[in-house]
Amino acid sequence: MTDVHRQAFREEAYELLAELENSLLELEERPDDLDLISRVFRAMHTIKGSGSMFGFDEIARFTHEVETVFDMVRNGKLAVTKTLVNLTLAARDQIKAMLDADGGDFDAGQSSQIIAGLRELAPHDDAAAPAPVAEASAPVEASETVTYRIRFTPVREIFGFGVNPLNLLGELRELGPCNVIAHTTGFPTLEEMDPEQCYVYWDVILTTDQGINAIKDVFIFVEDDCTLTIDEIAVHDDLDHEEHHKKVGEILIERGDITMDEMNGLLSKQKRFGELAVESGIVPPTKVASALVEQQHVKEVRQEKQTQEAATSIRVPADRLDLLVNLVGELVTVQARLSSTAAERSDAELSAIAEEVERLTSELRDSALNIRMLPIGSTFSKFKRLVRDLSAELGKEIEMTTDGADTELDKTVIEKLNDPLVHLIRNSLDHGIELPEVRVAAGKPRHGTVHLSAVHSGDSVLLTINDDGAGLDAEAIRAKAIEKGIISPTAELSEKELFNLIFAPGFSTAKKLSSVSGRGVGMDVVKKAIEALRGAIDITSVKGKGAKITVRIPLTLAIIESLLVKIGTDYFMLPLSLVDECVELTRDDVSRSHGRNLANVREHLVPYIPLRQRFQITGEPPEIEQIVITEVDGMRVGFVVDHVIGEHQTVIKSLGRAYKNIEGISGATILGDGNVALILDIPQLVQSVESEAL
Amino acid sequence: MAKTIMTADDSASVRQMVTFTLKQGGYDVVEAVDGKDALQKLSQCKVDMLITDLNMPNLDGIGLIKGARALPACKFIPIIMLTTESQDSKKAEGKAAGATGWIVKPFKPEQLMAVVKKVLG
Repeated sequence: MTDVHRQAFREEAYELLAELENSLLELEERPDDLDLISRVFRAMHTIKGSGSMFGFDEIARFTHEVETVFDMVRNGKLAVTKTLVNLTLAARDQIKAMLDADGGDFDAGQSSQIIAGLRELAPHDDAAAPAPVAEASAPVEASETVTYRIRFTPVREIFGFGVNPLNLLGELRELGPCNVIAHTTGFPTLEEMDPEQCYVYWDVILTTDQGINAIKDVFIFVEDDCTLTIDEIAVHDDLDHEEHHKKVGEILIERGDITMDEMNGLLSKQKRFGELAVESGIVPPTKVASALVEQQHVKEVRQEKQTQEAATSIRVPADRLDLLVNLVGELVTVQARLSSTAAERSDAELSAIAEEVERLTSELRDSALNIRMLPIGSTFSKFKRLVRDLSAELGKEIEMTTDGADTELDKTVIEKLNDPLVHLIRNSLDHGIELPEVRVAAGKPRHGTVHLSAVHSGDSVLLTINDDGAGLDAEAIRAKAIEKGIISPTAELSEKELFNLIFAPGFSTAKKLSSVSGRGVGMDVVKKAIEALRGAIDITSVKGKGAKITVRIPLTLAIIESLLVKIGTDYFMLPLSLVDECVELTRDDVSRSHGRNLANVREHLVPYIPLRQRFQITGEPPEIEQIVITEVDGMRVGFVVDHVIGEHQTVIKSLGRAYKNIEGISGATILGDGNVALILDIPQLVQSVESEAL
Repeated sequence: MAKTIMTADDSASVRQMVTFTLKQGGYDVVEAVDGKDALQKLSQCKVDMLITDLNMPNLDGIGLIKGARALPACKFIPIIMLTTESQDSKKAEGKAAGATGWIVKPFKPEQLMAVVKKVLG
């Protein structure tokens, strides 16, 4: 527990004690005042409860005694007497003494005396002394793997207790492979249904090595609000003892859903037992389905055990995977066409098929892209070596720590990230971390640290390089930028904008060229490389404390979510990850801003780029145009289009070599109706407009 | 968007510790000093979860739970009560009033976070 909390408790306790003193003195005059009694009780209760929270165990133990007595007073079992008030006042002083001592020595004899006095007044058993903080549950023993059958029937009113049964099922899933069957037979008709009640109950077949108590823990809060049965149905550790798979009928009998006689009667008909049971009407279909799932689950777990040793992975040439991803890309395109055709026809049957295909395609897309995902850890270990060798060369003592090595990224992205990351790390080592003597003089440890971490964030991965070196010197950057003619001497720039200047072409603050960084490859190249991956780079720094570079990279390159827009008859795409919002732009707005291309969005001015003009598309814009507002390098920029059509799964196609150097367009895609839409390169568009404006 | 959790406790130090822990866990926190204050704040702002002490002046935890469950916005949110070991009967009373679960004082920040994750999902 941090000292801040302890200090807060002490202050609070002093206040409570002062109040307690007043209450006690008043109580002496009006011994029957129930309000006063409960005030005393509450003060004691709070001191006890909070004291034990923040490690004041002695105080908690002592106060507990006084609290117990006042609980009796509160319940009318004990009268307020002068002796009681005297003892309580003494107790109050003792608590204060204990607080003053703050863990040091205090008169323990005094405590025992007061407690003895109180016990004389109000004899009670002392079994209920505050228990020490229960240690976090003992490490789970790696016990055997067991399959359990759990039937969870919550009371109808379960939602009224603020319980979401789905959370409980989710918790069970975390324990191991798990099959959930919902029984909906309890549903009443629509007129009778109360949507605030829970009519469902669940069978869960769970295989886990965490033991039955872990399962019971999941249901700890709902114990009294549900019927819960947990049965062990199979132990999997001993493969030699392979039992036969249980038949559905056996499972139903075991569960008490059907009797042996009923089963035998049905068996004589020699059809599949599950079907028979349903046809006969003895067992509702969901119960049989549930039993079947259990059978399947146990079979699968056993099979998995057997195949585990055999093969956990196969090697496939990377180009075959690329081909697969390309094919999936084509499929996504065709599926978009199918969906849009189905939507036009308003044919229910076709729509149903289109929806099915859409669902399958997106599943297929995800799993195909998943195959190419690799943990970034392999790259991390390369960097460790780099840091070790370089720090020796530079005469610095630098340690590299990493985090999130198991974060997965598309294989091609990882490969293309290697060079920019090497450059950024070199930069940190060379310019960031100081020489050991300098560090010691600045009161820092001799050892510099570079921390590299990767973490998932939505549809991208955040890579951060954090060093505890000298940090960036905003003034030095400013001076350099003016000297190099990158900014004008009068330019007013925020610190963030100044930091971002290090990514400008031709900028280098290193005093001389070293073999480590500054080989003519500037940070601008790093930025370009990151942007080519449709990523973004950001830098924050505190002078003297260190710098932090954040690189945001999309998970995959092949397929992106984007916003489809239309200008005239042409379609364009904006990557959805950059889009903030869309607002309307009327002719009035345009004339009011006097041609300055600024829109007022909730009292903030947002500059916009009219794409119709920029791409020289002829024709009249509609009465109300749309501004798609994006965020680039921390700046909001709008793009004016005619219509916003909506989100779109975009398979990126390159434009081919002939169009490689086109500015502002990063690729193209084929729409559902066969049209081509160009994908806008937003950062580049913003840059080119900015440079024209200078 | 971060979920908002209300902590109702008359002990400033417990409030501070709960707020600190929850904020570190990425939640927004609203503080209330007693049941009455909590009920008033609940009717004004949207809260995704309530953590309440049982012994409070003005309106105690049981009263707060009952009052909260009567508000349409709080009818189904998880409500966790902070109890001490001597209050087993209170636990039952709290459950009957509509509490989702409980944490026994004293508790550690990790225990608090585990319970929050459990009931908020």
